[in-house]
Amino acid sequence: MTEPRQGTDVTDSSATLTDPAAPMLDVRGLKKVYTSGKRSVEAIRDLTFSVGAGELVCLVGPSGCGKTTLLRCISGLLQCTAGEAALEGKRVSGPPPGMAVVFQEYGRSLFPWLTVWQNVELPLKEKKVPRAERKRLVTDALAAVGLADSHTAHPWQLSGGMQQRVAIARAVAYEPQVLLMDEPFAAVDAQTRADLEDLVRSLWQRLGVTVLFVTHDIDEAVYLGQRVIVLSNSPTVVLEDVIIDLPAERDQLTTRSLPRFAELRAHVYERIQQAKGGHRPAGVESDA
Amino acid sequence: MTSTIGVARRSESSLLIAWAKRALLVLGLPIVLIVAWWLATANSTSFYWPPLRTILEVFGATWFEGRMGTDVAPSLVRLGAGYALALVLGVTVGVAVGSSPTLRAVVEPVLEFFRAIPPPVLVPVLILFAGIGDGMKVLVIVSGAIWPILLNTVEGVRSIDEVLRDTARCYRFRRRARLLHLVLRGASPQIVTGARQALSIAIILMVISEMFAATNGLGFSIIQFQRSFAIPQMFSGIILLGLIGVALSLLFRVVESRAMAWHRGLHHTQRGGN
Ligand SMILES: Nc1ncnc2c1ncn2[C@@H]1O[C@H](COP(=O)(O)OP(=O)(O)O)[C@@H](O)[C@H]1O
Ligand SMILES: [Mg+2]
Repeated sequence: MTEPRQGTDVTDSSATLTDPAAPMLDVRGLKKVYTSGKRSVEAIRDLTFSVGAGELVCLVGPSGCGKTTLLRCISGLLQCTAGEAALEGKRVSGPPPGMAVVFQEYGRSLFPWLTVWQNVELPLKEKKVPRAERKRLVTDALAAVGLADSHTAHPWQLSGGMQQRVAIARAVAYEPQVLLMDEPFAAVDAQTRADLEDLVRSLWQRLGVTVLFVTHDIDEAVYLGQRVIVLSNSPTVVLEDVIIDLPAERDQLTTRSLPRFAELRAHVYERIQQAKGGHRPAGVESDA
Repeated sequence: MTSTIGVARRSESSLLIAWAKRALLVLGLPIVLIVAWWLATANSTSFYWPPLRTILEVFGATWFEGRMGTDVAPSLVRLGAGYALALVLGVTVGVAVGSSPTLRAVVEPVLEFFRAIPPPVLVPVLILFAGIGDGMKVLVIVSGAIWPILLNTVEGVRSIDEVLRDTARCYRFRRRARLLHLVLRGASPQIVTGARQALSIAIILMVISEMFAATNGLGFSIIQFQRSFAIPQMFSGIILLGLIGVALSLLFRVVESRAMAWHRGLHHTQRGGN
């Protein structure tokens, strides 16, 4: 995998798009119906989209629209009812190597009996990364998320934002080809959230990893993504695949005050509102 | 952004006072009881209630002149063997049952039934199968001590966080790491609870099994003293048993506080929400 490179290596977002590599991640006709006894919940109706290698794509949709369900299907934790998810052309049937997930419930995803260091290192041990290499990767990852001083702490000794950084460091140290993030910042305060957003962008730019970032926050999706895939409320379909033609170098203050940012945000917002009002691709009755 | 890592360091003198308070709290009632026993029996001429002074006088001669090796040590070995076996079996079966919903549905009612049987009634039965040797006594201990360990392990494995399980799957933990770092550590709070209950059960059963059919051991000695009307010696045996129980439970606490430091910490800093 790519070494963390020094300095900024900013790829133009539109260039990546006009030169589409073979899709790293391909979701085709994915459908998920939860059945328990006689009750069945159609969480996802029909989703098709793909993410190219090295892209940062945001999925935005209202709460309960099946975002977590989708990520669980893509990461092989959940069997989909119909359709498929494929990683580099290979159908996902169980958790594939080369994929890391940052869960929505980040606090619960860290092993409370392990230290921060051990939490980040354990997946690498399981991947049979040699000791010296492991040490380098863990050190770098923890430094990259600003936790160089917390190696020996236990996760529960850290604030929510710091716990989330540990989860991110663990994913980054794993050197995945694809990084899935499920509303990772939904539960942290606004300032921490802004910092973490910038952290994700800088890590993505440095590592060249493919990122699929799920959120219910339209602003966050537009700020982070090269593309924003807009999902409807349940039963879920793709409403639109919006290309975010903002400059690649983003900044909380300047980017968010660009007129184009406001336009894009308004556009995504309208699409979601329309869908709530019942305007959506044919044959879908709204039950929200 | 940072949360409290521990209690702020207190000054040495206030620490000493706190420590003295704690010691008083812990030792206060035992001291009162011992003094009360001492005073109540001081002038006792009752054959069945000898003065505590007499009991303590015979204590040394009864236990430290040979019986430590011939009776106390065999008892402790049986206890250790039975308890260790109960731990290994209970945790192994508990992990298997806790990991499989089907297995659990099948065996759980049966487990509850066996747990409900008072273990001492198994002694006569086990004598039939296992004779009256050490094996029988170890089996008796296992047969009673295993249930709280097993059932608590099942519960512990079942209650491991789903997100943590997903994490282990995502990062493709292999069997060994799954078992060690997810299942056993995750279930350890409940396993420890079960092990603590099992310890007192194991001590009780050690004594009982030695009262039924034995040629040595603590239980055997106490019964022998009682039958030969060596009442002060009998009482000294009961006191020794109590002391052994206290010592073992202290040892248990030391091990627990080391292994479960994370659990206490987690509880102290209970985060809200997810
Ligand atoms: N294990 C499950 N069993 C049944 N229904 C579920 C389950 N998980 C989620 N759902 C339902 O599926 C829908 C989508 O949930 P989820 O994927 O968590 O949405 P999101 O992450 O977008 O908030 C919700 O209606 C939810 O109630
Ligand atoms: Mg969710």
